[in-house]
Order: sequence, then C-alpha cells, then structure tokens
Amino acid sequence: MRKLIYALPVLLFATLAGYFILALQPGYDPRALPSVMIDKPAPAFKLAGLKDDGISLEGFKGHPVVINFFASWCVPCREEHPLLMRLAEKEKIPLYGIDYKDRPEDATRLLAQFGNPYRSVGLDQDGRAGLDFGVYGVPETYVIDGTGRIRKKFTGPMTAKQVEQELLPILKQLSGGV
Amino acid sequence: MITELGHFALILALCVAVAQSVIPLIGASRGQAGLMDVGRSAALVQFLLIAMAMGALIHAYVVSDFSVINVAQNSHTDKPLFYKVTGVWGNHEGSMLLWVFMLALCSAAVATFSGNLPPDLRARVLSVQGMISVGFLAFILLTSNPFLRTWPAPENGQGLNPVLQDPGLAFHPPFLYLGYVGFSVAFSFSVAALIEGRVDAAWGRWVRPWSLASWCFLTIGIALGSWWAYYTLGWGGWWFWDPVENASLMPWIVGTALIHSAIVVERRETLRSWTILLAIVTFSLSLVGTFLVRSGVLSSVHAFAVDPRRGAFILGLLVVAIGGSLTLYAFRAPALKGGGLFAPVSREGALLLNNILLATCAATVFLGTLYPLFLDAVNGPKISVGAPFFNRTFVPLMVPVLVAMAVGPLLAWKRGDLLAAMQRLWVAFAAAVILVLAVLYATSGGPVMAILGLGLALWTALGVLAEWAERVKLFRVTPAQSWKRAVHLPRAAMGMTLAHLGIAITVAGISAQAFQQEFLGMVQVGTNFPLASYMLHLDKVERVQGPNYIADEASIEVWKDGHLVATQHPQRRYFKLQDQTTGETAIRSGLVSDLYLALGDPDESGAWTVRAYWKPMVSWIWLGGLVMAFGGMVSLSDRRWRVGVATKRQAAMPQLAAGE
Repeated sequence: MRKLIYALPVLLFATLAGYFILALQPGYDPRALPSVMIDKPAPAFKLAGLKDDGISLEGFKGHPVVINFFASWCVPCREEHPLLMRLAEKEKIPLYGIDYKDRPEDATRLLAQFGNPYRSVGLDQDGRAGLDFGVYGVPETYVIDGTGRIRKKFTGPMTAKQVEQELLPILKQLSGGV
Repeated sequence: MITELGHFALILALCVAVAQSVIPLIGASRGQAGLMDVGRSAALVQFLLIAMAMGALIHAYVVSDFSVINVAQNSHTDKPLFYKVTGVWGNHEGSMLLWVFMLALCSAAVATFSGNLPPDLRARVLSVQGMISVGFLAFILLTSNPFLRTWPAPENGQGLNPVLQDPGLAFHPPFLYLGYVGFSVAFSFSVAALIEGRVDAAWGRWVRPWSLASWCFLTIGIALGSWWAYYTLGWGGWWFWDPVENASLMPWIVGTALIHSAIVVERRETLRSWTILLAIVTFSLSLVGTFLVRSGVLSSVHAFAVDPRRGAFILGLLVVAIGGSLTLYAFRAPALKGGGLFAPVSREGALLLNNILLATCAATVFLGTLYPLFLDAVNGPKISVGAPFFNRTFVPLMVPVLVAMAVGPLLAWKRGDLLAAMQRLWVAFAAAVILVLAVLYATSGGPVMAILGLGLALWTALGVLAEWAERVKLFRVTPAQSWKRAVHLPRAAMGMTLAHLGIAITVAGISAQAFQQEFLGMVQVGTNFPLASYMLHLDKVERVQGPNYIADEASIEVWKDGHLVATQHPQRRYFKLQDQTTGETAIRSGLVSDLYLALGDPDESGAWTVRAYWKPMVSWIWLGGLVMAFGGMVSLSDRRWRVGVATKRQAAMPQLAAGE
C-alpha cells in the first residue's frame, strides 16, 4: 500500500500524457475557434437584467442585434470599451451586453465609470449563456440577424479596422437588405 | 560558411552529448574513474560547441544573411543592431538553441565546480544532464533547425514581430530559460540519487544552491515578463493568467517549495523522498511549460509555433524524461530511509506546511491552465478559464502561506513553541489589524480583499523584521552590538529575511491595485480630462518617423494643483512591413504611484482614444521580485556553500547557522 503512494506521481503523469496525445491529434488546431455556430440559430437565452427586465433571444426577433460578452475583470474589454461607446453613440448600432461571470455591482461600477454603450445588459453570472454560445474568452462579439441566426463572431477586442470593414457592412446589409 | 560551421558544431554537440550520457554512467556502475571523468570533459566540450553554434547564428543575424531561412523570416536590414541580436531568441528555433545553450552552461558549471563531489555521483549527474541535452539537440536538428538555407536568398527579411522589439522582452527569455534550465541540475541530482539509492545532507547541500540560483533567475525572468506586459500592452495590467505566464509560474511555485524542503534535507536529513519528488516535478513543469508554448497546444499570445509535429516530438521527450524519472521514483523512493522525527509544531513542520500549501497552489494553477485543454480533448466546449477562477482559488491559498511565513522562522527545529512564537509577533499582529481598520475606515465599503492583503503584507513584513530583531537582539543590547550581530549574521539568514520582505512588498503592491483609478474615453485635442488628483491636457498629436515605423505621438500635459508636473508622450506605432499597430505607453513611474498613459485609435471627428491609469504602488510588485531574487543571491553567498561538504564540519554547522 505504501509503495502505491510512490507510484501515484507516475500514474498521474500517464493520465496527463494521454490527454496531451489526444490534444495533438492531426488536424487539431487550437487556434481555430469553432465556426460551427456561424449561420446556425443562436442558442436561446433569457437573462436577468442589470438595470431593467433583462434580455432574451426571443425579444430580439425581427431586427439584427450585436451582442457583446464582457466583464469588469477583463482587461481587453477595457481596451475595446471606447470603441463600443463610439459605435453606440455615433453609429447607433443595436448593441446589447452580456456580463459574463461577473458580479452585478462590479459591472455597474464599470459602466458608471466609463459610460454605458449597451441598450441593455443581461447578467450571466454562472456563465451558462457563455457556455451555450461557446465563448472562449471575453470580450467576444456576436452579430445575430432578425431570424435569430448568428451571422458573425469576433473573438477578442474588436479593432477599428474590423468594425469598418466587417461589423458595419454586415449590419448595414442585415438591416437594409432583408 | 560560418553558418555551416555552426550547424556542424551543433551536430557534433549531439554526438558529444550521446557520449556524455552513456560513458560516465557505465563508469559509475563499474567504478572506473577514467570513464567517469569523460562526463566532465564531455560537458565542457559540449558547451564550447553549442556556444559556437549560438555565435554562428548571432553572426548570421548581425550581417543579415537572408539565405538562412530563420534570419529571413525573423530579421530585416532596417532593424536596429540590438534587436537583430535579441531577435535570435525571439523565434522558435533560436529560442530552442538558447535553451540548450543554457543547459550546456549548467552542465559545464557542474563539471567545473564539482571538485569535492563524490566522483560516482558527479558522473551520474552529468550523464543525466547529457540525456536531457541529447533529447533537445535532436529536437532542434530534426524539427527546428535554425541553420537551414534557402536559395535564391530573399532580398530582405520579413522582420520581427514589432511587439517583440523591446528591451524588456530582449532580456526576459534568457533569464526565464536560465531559471527553467537551472532546475535541470536539481533534477539530475535527484535521478542520480535515485539510481544510487542514497540521499544525505551532502546531497541536500548540493541541490539547494543550484535550486536557489535557478529560482533567482526564474524570479527575475517572471518579473521582467510581467513588467514588459505592463508597460507594453497598454492595458495597465501586469498579470493576465495567460497559459504561458502560468507555465512559468508553476515551476516557480514548486521551485519555491523545493528550496524550502531542501533546507530540511540538509539540516535534519528528513523529507528526503518528498524533496526528490519536488525536484523532479519542478523540472518537469519547466518541460511542460516549454511543451505548452512550443506546440501551441494552448493558444496564447506567446505561442509562436503551432506545429503538431514538434509537439509530438516534445511529447515524446516529456514521456521519456518525466515518465522515466517518476517510474524510477516509484521503484526506488520507498527504499529511502525516513529521517529524524519532528513534532507538528516545529521548524520542519512549518516548512512542510509551506510545501503543502505551495503544492496546492501549483496544482490549482495547473488545473486552471489545463482544464480547458482537457475539456477540449474530450470534445467538450471550448472555454477559457480567466481571472475569476484564479482569484477565487489561488488568492485564498496564499493567505495561509503569508500568515505562516511570519511564524515559521521563529519556531525551533524538532519541537517548537507556537505560543511563544506568537507572543513575539503580537506587535506585528496589532499593527496589521490597525492598518486594516484604518484603511477600512478611510475607504469605508472599499475592496475588502485588497485591504486584507495590505494587512497581510504588513503582518509578513513585521513578522520577518521581528525575527531579524530577535537575532540581532535589537534594543536588548547596545546598538553597536546589535549592528555587529547584524553584520555577522549568516548570509543564509540575511537572504531569508530579504526574500521574505520581497514577498511582503509584492503582496502590498498587488493589493494596492484595487485602489487604482482609470480614465477611458475619446479626447479632443486641446481638451482636459481628470484622473485621480491630476488634470491631464491633450495638447497635440503629431506624426513622427521611427527607424522602421511611423507613429502618432501625443503630448499630454500633466497638471497638479495648478502646476505643470510633466509632459508625457504616448505613441501609437504603425509598422508598415507587418501591417501592425502597437502602442507605446508613457509611464511616470514612482514608488508611491505610477501615472500610465496609452494612446489608442482616432475617430473621424479628430478625437483620440486615451487610456489613462493612476496606479498606486504598482512598481512594488516588481521591486518585491527583485528583492526576492537579491535575497536568494545573498543566501547563495553564504559561507557554507563555499566551504564545501567537509563531513568533519557537519557537527559544528547547525549551531553556526542555526536559524535559517
């Protein structure tokens, strides 16, 4: 029995090595974030609101929306924040926020300090909605069309270039061309 | 020509490494001194050969020889000379060459300074070092050769990632690698001891300075990396729990446990098999860290080589090195004799507690780093584990570490008196409580964890100072006598006091970040914006031409109480070659606080994105790291490492430096 304890480290390592072998399967690319969600119906969600009644996928039916996952503890989100403010104020895009794994009071403080670009903010304290969407890390931004399909996804903070060349054109197409 | 010589030297180094790993081992098992001595000369020759290879690659970078693929991919004639040289290890192939260079340096140091080591132990240690070298040299030559040529040579190189053109990053990898690789020596000593089945005080006395030196380098490496992230990434953050950062933190935590448990082996000859396990795990984590970064299994800003073939090779190395040493451990460790007994409340007990807590911390970070990978491997959802996980698990675990750190050094070996130790700390405790209450009152309703953190930092610092005061008999003898005692304290004791103070400084710096203030927004040129007690004025934004970039440079005036304090110039640089924009922050740094300015994108109305932070005591975070490393070095200069393993002296030693 005592000898088994000494064998424990090597057994643990064997398990770990097994996982590494799985992870190194050919064709596995850790950077390829799943694009399977693109053009598929967005997972249904219904979230309590930070200030109002909250948001739900059902409520967005009929017009395109941009959903931004953010958190007060997330540093790149702060990088993105002024851009979101500009998009909301100047471009008037239909931007909604989902506060991911965060405390409501922290999110409130963040938005009070830097301004609130969101038309409404849903709370995803346990990360359930994030899991359904396959959020890899915050910030992450989704464009959902009027029929509830995900049309575009941005991982990490959006840049001014991405907004000009990708986000605004697709929004224009969705709201004008449907 | 020089490149080919370097390539050839590297191949020769592999051959020498094979000899180094086989011949001394045979010599040790047969007791033939001649064969055992091959280890020493082989280690030195190998070091010279790899140094030649390293020199050849640096030469190719300096003269911009673009017929070498590696140079063409990572350098450019417009690059300043300094970054041409540091660019050598700014890419996968070159950084692996740096890795084996460091390894050869360590082996050569063992070969040179091991005159008083039993010859069979030395032979086995050098042989294990040789085996590690064989693995990595083969890896470089077969999958990541930096000396490959291409013809026709491109006219110019593709340049280096602009984010990596930075003095902080130039020195970050060498220190980090010295730390990682230095732990290979402790690993080799452990494997050699397992083969011999003998672990004594002499072994502990050898392993500890090596671990301590590696630990110092790793500390500096991590601090440099964190500082780099702070001033370059423009978010004011200094630690992101990024997988690669975690990969360097894990060996650091386990290495910290190792340098503590090695004391117990050396002084009391107990906790032997545990210390051996720690040494193996520390180096294993260094290897896993290399694996994670190099194979790109975890995606991260750091992973610059996503190549499953390399990953498979490194995985093979891991299985042989870690799996092999742990299997050896499973068979041989049970035979190691247990050492002296000790009561739970004693110096040994405190060190064991430190070990258990640190091991748990490391396990937490390990789990948080690899959990997304595990989930992904079983086709679960892709997730990333962010700061909330680590804040909820790692931070609470550090609390008992700090609490115990003040008490531990006051306990006696074998059997300590907790009550007496606590009594000597009541002043520290009272001061910490008063500080916590005062800050609570001042900020009423502020961040509770941060205030507790500040209290803990004070508790630790005062506890450490109380122990020091005890040693020098402060206020109980004349100041002159106290001074004399302080100067003549064993260096190991001074080192401990410094290193523990360093922890307190870092913890205080981290805790104080909860009180930072920030401004984020669009600012029109010519307007003001407030931050903390400052008023900032965006005076102008100008176009400036750099050596290989063009930049928008802002002039931001810093006003305080109606006086102009400074004018800061954050930049936004555009590198045409890579079509990449980077930020160059402007930081007004000080012991009390940093004023941190970063310039972002403009909008069409001519307003600029400005991120400004007031960060109290942020430089303490890295200052603490430096103090820790300095403490380690002071401890390394202790007399007893130099006097060697004179067994006759052993009886006299414990009193001489009784209270490390």
